[in-house]
Amino acid sequence: MYDTIIIGAGMSGLAAGIRLAHFDQRVCILERHYTIGGLNSFYRLGGRDYDVGLHAMTNFARSGEKRGPLAKLIRQLRFRWEDFKLAEQIGSSIRFPDVRLDFNNDIELLESEISRSFPGEVDGFRELCGSLLDYSDMDGNSPLFMRSAREVLAEHIDEPLLIEMLLCPLMWYGNARENDMDFGQFCIMFRACYLEGFGRPYKGVRVILKNLVRKFRGLGGELKLRHGVSRIHVDNGRAVGVVLDDGTEIEGRRILSSAGSVETMRLCDDISTLEVARAGQLSFIESISVLDRQPQEIGFDRTIVFYNDSAKFHWQRPEHGLCDPRTGVICSPNNYLYDSEEGQLPDGIVRITTLANHDRWCELAEPQYRAEKVTQYDEAVAAAVRFMPDFRRHVIDTDVFTPKTIRRFTWHDNGAVYGAPDKQLDGTTHVPNLFLCGTDQGFVGIVGAIISGISMANRHCLAVT
Amino acid sequence: MTPADIRAEIIDILDDISPDEDLDNLDDEKNFRDQLELDSMDFLDIVMELRKRHRVQIPEEDYGNLASMNSTVSYLEPKMKDL
Repeated sequence: MYDTIIIGAGMSGLAAGIRLAHFDQRVCILERHYTIGGLNSFYRLGGRDYDVGLHAMTNFARSGEKRGPLAKLIRQLRFRWEDFKLAEQIGSSIRFPDVRLDFNNDIELLESEISRSFPGEVDGFRELCGSLLDYSDMDGNSPLFMRSAREVLAEHIDEPLLIEMLLCPLMWYGNARENDMDFGQFCIMFRACYLEGFGRPYKGVRVILKNLVRKFRGLGGELKLRHGVSRIHVDNGRAVGVVLDDGTEIEGRRILSSAGSVETMRLCDDISTLEVARAGQLSFIESISVLDRQPQEIGFDRTIVFYNDSAKFHWQRPEHGLCDPRTGVICSPNNYLYDSEEGQLPDGIVRITTLANHDRWCELAEPQYRAEKVTQYDEAVAAAVRFMPDFRRHVIDTDVFTPKTIRRFTWHDNGAVYGAPDKQLDGTTHVPNLFLCGTDQGFVGIVGAIISGISMANRHCLAVT
Repeated sequence: MTPADIRAEIIDILDDISPDEDLDNLDDEKNFRDQLELDSMDFLDIVMELRKRHRVQIPEEDYGNLASMNSTVSYLEPKMKDL
């Protein structure tokens, strides 16, 4: 009998596991996949290391900073800043036709870029910054949380193009809802991306995951890979344990699931009908190019470029094709300020993310699927080089992952990267001892997912023991 | 445990929660919150660590006693003197 069974060995499940194991609970993390990380995993291919999801870690904080989510998670998990050792971004850019706004980890740059391109709007932008919800208002209790971010933005900013440009990175890095964004989610992402900013550990996501797993196991936690949960057994209105894909039953006093809200409900054997329509719709393809030189040698020094090829930013599932490259994210993990002892990454890398339709990708037969990966890679790169130097003649290796890949890693319906649009911010479910953490609890990104695991473990699994 | 032992134990817990903090210059009269920027999650951790290490139970209504080092030590003294 476990004190807590955790479903999923991604960032949130591992973080929750550390908290519980640290305070002497008997904890087991069950992961269906053969590796850890969920959406933020890593792999090796053709002699090279790749990250699955990581472009940047948001919520950057320097060593010694005590405020903010990164400092909080380091304290709560008993890490040191050096365990993550984030290198700061060089600088990122929002690029629309004829207008470009650069930003870095100091909000003054974005402010001065706004005064340059939208001189009448800088006061409105400052006003907007002053009206943001604080992290302490982010438990969903604030009536402002569910307001339309577009509506709130329009109260401060007149220029529609500036609204689209400000929303573009924030939706790309953490909005599960199509077209608009909850104001609370907007505030979380605004702080994470513009006020705190981007960083990356030199060795990518594996260093974070390895630290989490080492700590969890060191505290006596059990991690079982290739142990998919097929059912959460509910008896008399309480969860009593889980049934694995191979039929084995495991008992637990409580269950913390990072499988997603719709997906977790489907696992419960007391639920017969489901509103599947509530699942998220937004999924991506990622086209990774390995170059024969550093991106800076071809004149590309931006950490991240968020591009959109018209004045209106379209944040929705592509209805008519496999992908929609009208908007995308270009990232180079080389363009961080790594310290001198680390040096530079061995390969030049350009990663391009564009929107994709999960169902259409999954309908493809295997040979077509392979062919489309090549075609869609070419289209994504062709779309991106409108907003950066053309790097195509320097490509020596490529990899592509699709919504089908994301579904395989995360088991989320529709390969939805940011989960369902309606978040369950307090993590509760219809069963009193079953809780949600991870993407569908509200916080997204690596830091957000870890904070989600910590806060749900504290709130639902520690306080009651 | 003597008050000095209890103080040393609290320092050890704070060092565990916040290893990058310089605790040598801690002012025992002043609030932890202001000096160390501890938030409610951190205070919960002090409570949890005391329970884990010494089986000391602190009910939620008493959390206010953990404001500064002096108030914490005087609050814990009767609970920990026989440990």
